[in-house]
Amino acid sequence: MTLTLGHFLSIGAVLFALSVIGIFLNRKNLIVLLMAIELMLLAVNMNFVAFSHFLGDVHGQVFVFFILTVAAAESAIGLAILVLLFRNKNSINVDELNTLKG
Amino acid sequence: MDAKTGFFYLFSVVLLFAAFRVITARNPVHAVLYLMLAFSQASAIWLLLKAEFLAIALVLVYLGAVMVLFLFVVMMLDIDVDSMRKGFWKHFPLAALMGAVVALEMAGVLLGGFRLTEEPATAAMAEAAAKGIQYSNAQEVGKLLYTQYVYPIEIAAVILLVAMITAIALTLRQRKDSKFVDASEQVRVKARDRMQLVKVAATRKAEATPAAEPEQAK
Repeated sequence: MTLTLGHFLSIGAVLFALSVIGIFLNRKNLIVLLMAIELMLLAVNMNFVAFSHFLGDVHGQVFVFFILTVAAAESAIGLAILVLLFRNKNSINVDELNTLKG
Repeated sequence: MDAKTGFFYLFSVVLLFAAFRVITARNPVHAVLYLMLAFSQASAIWLLLKAEFLAIALVLVYLGAVMVLFLFVVMMLDIDVDSMRKGFWKHFPLAALMGAVVALEMAGVLLGGFRLTEEPATAAMAEAAAKGIQYSNAQEVGKLLYTQYVYPIEIAAVILLVAMITAIALTLRQRKDSKFVDASEQVRVKARDRMQLVKVAATRKAEATPAAEPEQAK
Protein backbone atom coordinates (compact mmCIF):
# COMPACT_ATOMS: atom_id res chain seq x y z
CA MET A 1 0.00 0.00 0.00
CA THR A 2 1.69 3.13 -1.18
CA LEU A 3 1.08 6.57 0.19
CA THR A 4 -1.44 8.71 -1.63
CA LEU A 5 -2.23 12.37 -1.39
CA GLY A 6 -5.33 11.37 0.58
CA HIS A 7 -3.20 9.98 3.43
CA PHE A 8 -1.51 13.29 4.04
CA LEU A 9 -4.71 15.27 3.66
CA SER A 10 -6.43 12.93 6.13
CA ILE A 11 -3.79 13.44 8.78
CA GLY A 12 -4.24 17.17 8.29
CA ALA A 13 -8.00 16.77 8.68
CA VAL A 14 -7.71 14.70 11.86
CA LEU A 15 -5.23 17.20 13.30
CA PHE A 16 -7.62 20.04 12.52
CA ALA A 17 -10.54 18.18 14.14
CA LEU A 18 -8.44 17.51 17.26
CA SER A 19 -7.64 21.18 17.63
CA VAL A 20 -11.32 22.09 17.21
CA ILE A 21 -12.08 19.69 20.07
CA GLY A 22 -9.26 21.31 22.02
CA ILE A 23 -10.83 24.75 21.61
CA PHE A 24 -14.12 23.35 22.90
CA LEU A 25 -12.55 21.64 25.91
CA ASN A 26 -10.12 24.37 26.98
CA ARG A 27 -12.41 27.32 26.54
CA LYS A 28 -11.29 28.75 29.90
CA ASN A 29 -7.55 28.43 29.49
CA LEU A 30 -6.30 31.12 27.12
CA ILE A 31 -2.84 29.66 26.70
CA VAL A 32 -4.09 26.25 25.56
CA LEU A 33 -6.44 28.04 23.17
CA LEU A 34 -3.39 29.68 21.58
CA MET A 35 -1.72 26.27 21.33
CA ALA A 36 -4.82 24.80 19.64
CA ILE A 37 -4.69 27.61 17.08
CA GLU A 38 -1.03 26.76 16.41
CA LEU A 39 -2.05 23.12 15.82
CA MET A 40 -4.76 24.26 13.38
CA LEU A 41 -2.23 26.25 11.39
CA LEU A 42 0.03 23.20 11.36
CA ALA A 43 -2.82 21.12 9.90
CA VAL A 44 -3.36 23.71 7.17
CA ASN A 45 0.36 23.80 6.42
CA MET A 46 0.36 19.99 6.16
CA ASN A 47 -2.27 20.22 3.40
CA PHE A 48 -0.25 22.87 1.56
CA VAL A 49 2.94 20.81 1.66
CA ALA A 50 1.12 17.62 0.59
CA PHE A 51 -0.50 19.31 -2.41
CA SER A 52 2.78 21.00 -3.29
CA HIS A 53 4.54 17.63 -3.34
CA PHE A 54 1.94 15.63 -5.24
CA LEU A 55 1.20 18.32 -7.82
CA GLY A 56 4.88 19.10 -8.35
CA ASP A 57 4.48 22.81 -7.65
CA VAL A 58 6.81 24.70 -5.31
CA HIS A 59 4.43 27.64 -4.88
CA GLY A 60 2.58 25.77 -2.12
CA GLN A 61 5.74 25.66 -0.02
CA VAL A 62 6.22 29.40 -0.45
CA PHE A 63 2.75 29.88 0.97
CA VAL A 64 3.59 27.68 3.96
CA PHE A 65 6.56 29.95 4.54
CA PHE A 66 4.30 32.99 4.71
CA ILE A 67 1.81 31.20 6.97
CA LEU A 68 4.68 30.36 9.34
CA THR A 69 5.69 34.02 9.37
CA VAL A 70 2.22 35.23 10.22
CA ALA A 71 1.75 32.48 12.82
CA ALA A 72 4.98 33.47 14.56
CA ALA A 73 3.88 37.12 14.66
CA GLU A 74 0.45 36.11 15.91
CA SER A 75 1.77 33.98 18.74
CA ALA A 76 4.28 36.68 19.78
CA ILE A 77 1.57 39.34 20.06
CA GLY A 78 -0.87 36.86 21.62
CA LEU A 79 1.60 35.92 24.32
CA ALA A 80 2.42 39.59 24.98
CA ILE A 81 -1.28 40.32 25.46
CA LEU A 82 -1.52 37.26 27.71
CA VAL A 83 1.32 38.48 29.92
CA LEU A 84 -0.28 41.93 30.11
CA LEU A 85 -3.63 40.38 30.98
CA PHE A 86 -2.11 38.28 33.73
CA ARG A 87 -0.28 41.31 35.13
CA ASN A 88 -3.49 43.33 35.35
CA LYS A 89 -6.09 40.73 36.32
CA ASN A 90 -3.88 38.05 37.90
CA SER A 91 -5.73 35.38 35.96
CA ILE A 92 -6.03 34.14 32.37
CA ASN A 93 -9.46 32.64 32.83
CA VAL A 94 -11.56 33.62 29.82
CA ASP A 95 -14.70 33.79 31.99
CA GLU A 96 -13.24 36.64 34.03
CA LEU A 97 -12.44 38.77 31.00
CA ASN A 98 -15.77 40.56 30.82
CA THR A 99 -14.77 44.18 31.38
CA LEU A 100 -15.87 45.09 27.85
CA LYS A 101 -19.31 43.58 28.35
CA GLY A 102 -21.89 46.37 28.32
CA MET B 1 4.28 -1.64 2.53
CA ASP B 2 7.61 0.02 2.06
CA ALA B 3 9.72 1.83 4.61
CA LYS B 4 8.32 5.24 3.68
CA THR B 5 4.77 4.13 4.41
CA GLY B 6 5.87 2.66 7.73
CA PHE B 7 7.58 5.88 8.70
CA PHE B 8 4.51 7.84 7.65
CA TYR B 9 2.28 5.82 9.98
CA LEU B 10 4.80 6.03 12.83
CA PHE B 11 5.08 9.82 12.57
CA SER B 12 1.32 10.21 12.15
CA VAL B 13 0.49 8.14 15.23
CA VAL B 14 2.97 10.05 17.38
CA LEU B 15 1.73 13.35 15.92
CA LEU B 16 -1.91 12.61 16.69
CA PHE B 17 -1.11 11.31 20.17
CA ALA B 18 0.91 14.45 20.92
CA ALA B 19 -1.90 16.67 19.60
CA PHE B 20 -4.39 14.80 21.80
CA ARG B 21 -2.17 15.29 24.84
CA VAL B 22 -1.79 19.01 24.04
CA ILE B 23 -5.51 19.57 24.38
CA THR B 24 -6.03 17.30 27.39
CA ALA B 25 -2.86 17.79 29.45
CA ARG B 26 -3.53 19.09 32.93
CA ASN B 27 -0.29 20.97 33.30
CA PRO B 28 0.25 23.73 30.69
CA VAL B 29 4.00 23.03 30.69
CA HIS B 30 3.29 19.44 29.63
CA ALA B 31 0.96 20.78 26.93
CA VAL B 32 3.75 22.96 25.51
CA LEU B 33 6.20 20.06 25.57
CA TYR B 34 3.70 17.82 23.74
CA LEU B 35 3.16 20.62 21.24
CA MET B 36 6.90 20.60 20.59
CA LEU B 37 6.71 16.83 19.98
CA ALA B 38 3.82 17.36 17.58
CA PHE B 39 5.73 19.98 15.61
CA SER B 40 8.81 17.77 15.37
CA GLN B 41 6.69 14.89 14.02
CA ALA B 42 5.06 17.22 11.48
CA SER B 43 8.52 18.29 10.40
CA ALA B 44 9.45 14.61 9.90
CA ILE B 45 6.33 14.11 7.74
CA TRP B 46 7.33 17.13 5.67
CA LEU B 47 10.71 15.51 5.16
CA LEU B 48 8.87 12.49 3.70
CA LEU B 49 7.16 14.96 1.35
CA LYS B 50 10.59 16.24 0.21
CA ALA B 51 10.01 19.71 1.64
CA GLU B 52 13.37 19.86 3.37
CA PHE B 53 13.60 23.62 3.66
CA LEU B 54 10.26 23.97 5.43
CA ALA B 55 10.93 20.98 7.68
CA ILE B 56 14.18 22.51 8.89
CA ALA B 57 12.59 25.96 9.17
CA LEU B 58 9.81 24.45 11.28
CA VAL B 59 12.32 22.90 13.67
CA LEU B 60 14.50 26.01 13.87
CA VAL B 61 11.83 28.67 13.99
CA TYR B 62 9.02 26.86 15.75
CA LEU B 63 10.74 24.46 18.10
CA GLY B 64 13.66 26.80 18.63
CA ALA B 65 11.92 30.12 19.04
CA VAL B 66 8.14 30.14 19.24
CA MET B 67 7.77 27.11 21.49
CA VAL B 68 10.49 28.36 23.82
CA LEU B 69 8.58 31.65 23.99
CA PHE B 70 5.47 29.66 24.93
CA LEU B 71 7.44 27.79 27.60
CA PHE B 72 8.77 31.04 29.07
CA VAL B 73 5.32 32.56 29.26
CA VAL B 74 3.76 29.43 30.75
CA MET B 75 6.46 29.24 33.38
CA MET B 76 6.17 32.94 34.22
CA LEU B 77 2.43 32.84 34.78
CA ASP B 78 1.11 31.33 37.95
CA ILE B 79 -1.93 29.55 36.58
CA ASP B 80 -4.61 28.16 38.84
CA VAL B 81 -5.14 24.87 37.02
CA ASP B 82 -7.97 23.58 39.18
CA SER B 83 -10.33 26.45 38.46
CA MET B 84 -9.47 26.13 34.78
CA ARG B 85 -10.33 22.45 34.75
CA LYS B 86 -13.74 23.00 36.26
CA GLY B 87 -16.36 21.86 33.76
CA PHE B 88 -13.62 20.59 31.45
CA TRP B 89 -15.62 17.58 30.25
CA LYS B 90 -18.98 19.38 30.21
CA HIS B 91 -18.88 20.15 26.51
CA PHE B 92 -16.94 17.01 25.60
CA PRO B 93 -19.88 15.16 23.92
CA LEU B 94 -20.61 18.08 21.61
CA ALA B 95 -16.91 18.64 20.94
CA ALA B 96 -16.28 14.95 20.20
CA LEU B 97 -19.30 14.85 17.90
CA MET B 98 -18.13 17.92 16.00
CA GLY B 99 -14.56 16.66 15.78
CA ALA B 100 -15.69 13.24 14.57
CA VAL B 101 -17.97 14.77 11.93
CA VAL B 102 -15.20 17.08 10.69
CA ALA B 103 -12.59 14.32 10.60
CA LEU B 104 -14.83 11.64 9.05
CA GLU B 105 -16.29 13.87 6.37
CA MET B 106 -12.92 15.26 5.38
CA ALA B 107 -11.20 11.87 5.49
CA GLY B 108 -14.01 10.32 3.46
CA VAL B 109 -13.75 12.91 0.74
CA LEU B 110 -9.97 13.09 0.81
CA LEU B 111 -9.23 9.37 0.86
CA GLY B 112 -11.81 8.71 -1.88
CA GLY B 113 -11.07 11.68 -4.09
CA PHE B 114 -7.30 12.01 -3.97
CA ARG B 115 -5.75 8.76 -5.11
CA LEU B 116 -2.71 10.60 -6.47
CA THR B 117 0.30 8.35 -5.97
CA GLU B 118 2.71 9.18 -8.77
CA GLU B 119 4.91 12.04 -7.80
CA PRO B 120 5.38 14.32 -10.78
CA ALA B 121 8.89 15.68 -10.87
CA THR B 122 9.13 19.43 -11.10
CA ALA B 123 10.99 20.90 -14.05
CA ALA B 124 13.93 21.72 -11.81
CA MET B 125 14.02 18.17 -10.43
CA ALA B 126 14.06 16.68 -13.95
CA GLU B 127 16.76 19.07 -15.06
CA ALA B 128 18.91 18.25 -12.05
CA ALA B 129 18.47 14.54 -12.72
CA ALA B 130 19.41 14.99 -16.38
CA LYS B 131 22.56 16.92 -15.58
CA GLY B 132 23.43 14.60 -12.72
CA ILE B 133 23.58 17.36 -10.10
CA GLN B 134 22.00 17.54 -6.67
CA TYR B 135 18.47 18.86 -6.51
CA SER B 136 18.03 21.38 -3.71
CA ASN B 137 14.57 22.12 -2.35
CA ALA B 138 15.84 25.16 -0.46
CA GLN B 139 17.29 26.56 -3.68
CA GLU B 140 13.99 26.15 -5.51
CA VAL B 141 11.98 27.82 -2.73
CA GLY B 142 14.59 30.56 -2.46
CA LYS B 143 14.49 31.26 -6.21
CA LEU B 144 10.72 31.73 -6.04
CA LEU B 145 10.85 33.76 -2.84
CA TYR B 146 13.37 36.25 -4.14
CA THR B 147 11.98 36.68 -7.65
CA GLN B 148 8.25 36.21 -7.96
CA TYR B 149 7.45 36.71 -4.28
CA VAL B 150 9.89 39.49 -3.45
CA TYR B 151 7.13 41.98 -2.62
CA PRO B 152 5.21 39.57 -0.33
CA ILE B 153 8.42 38.61 1.46
CA GLU B 154 9.07 42.27 2.25
CA ILE B 155 5.54 42.58 3.62
CA ALA B 156 6.24 39.48 5.74
CA ALA B 157 9.39 41.14 7.04
CA VAL B 158 7.40 44.25 7.97
CA ILE B 159 4.79 42.08 9.72
CA LEU B 160 7.54 40.50 11.82
CA LEU B 161 8.97 43.95 12.66
CA VAL B 162 5.54 45.23 13.67
CA ALA B 163 4.98 42.13 15.80
CA MET B 164 8.32 42.63 17.53
CA ILE B 165 7.67 46.30 18.29
CA THR B 166 4.12 45.54 19.43
CA ALA B 167 5.23 42.81 21.78
CA ILE B 168 7.90 45.04 23.32
CA ALA B 169 5.60 48.06 23.55
CA LEU B 170 2.86 46.01 25.19
CA THR B 171 4.99 44.47 27.89
CA LEU B 172 7.46 47.28 28.57
CA ARG B 173 6.87 49.07 31.85
CA GLN B 174 8.86 51.64 33.76
CA ARG B 175 9.68 51.00 37.35
CA LYS B 176 8.23 53.55 39.70
CA ASP B 177 11.21 53.52 42.08
CA SER B 178 13.88 53.70 39.40
CA LYS B 179 16.51 56.48 39.66
CA PHE B 180 16.99 56.41 35.90
CA VAL B 181 17.97 59.72 34.31
CA ASP B 182 17.41 60.46 30.64
CA ALA B 183 20.86 61.29 29.23
CA SER B 184 19.59 63.43 26.36
CA GLU B 185 17.52 65.45 28.75
CA GLN B 186 20.58 65.98 30.92
CA VAL B 187 22.65 67.20 27.97
CA ARG B 188 19.99 69.60 26.79
CA VAL B 189 19.52 71.24 30.16
CA LYS B 190 20.15 75.03 30.35
CA ALA B 191 21.55 76.98 33.27
CA ARG B 192 18.25 78.78 33.83
CA ASP B 193 16.44 75.46 34.36
CA ARG B 194 18.56 74.72 37.37
CA MET B 195 19.37 78.18 38.81
CA GLN B 196 17.28 81.27 39.26
CA LEU B 197 18.93 84.69 39.38
CA VAL B 198 17.09 87.22 41.46
CA LYS B 199 18.01 90.90 41.32
CA VAL B 200 18.42 92.27 44.78
CA ALA B 201 19.28 95.89 45.43
CA ALA B 202 22.48 96.42 47.35
CA THR B 203 20.85 98.86 49.72
CA ARG B 204 17.23 98.95 50.78
CA LYS B 205 15.18 102.00 51.52
CA ALA B 206 14.17 102.38 55.08
CA GLU B 207 10.58 101.17 55.41
CA ALA B 208 7.86 103.43 56.72
CA THR B 209 7.19 102.97 60.36
CA PRO B 210 4.38 100.45 60.89
CA ALA B 211 2.63 102.88 63.30
CA ALA B 212 2.12 105.55 60.59
CA GLU B 213 0.26 103.25 58.13
CA PRO B 214 -3.03 102.76 60.01
CA GLU B 215 -3.39 106.50 60.33
CA GLN B 216 -3.07 107.01 56.57
CA ALA B 217 -5.65 104.34 55.90
CA LYS B 218 -8.14 106.16 58.02
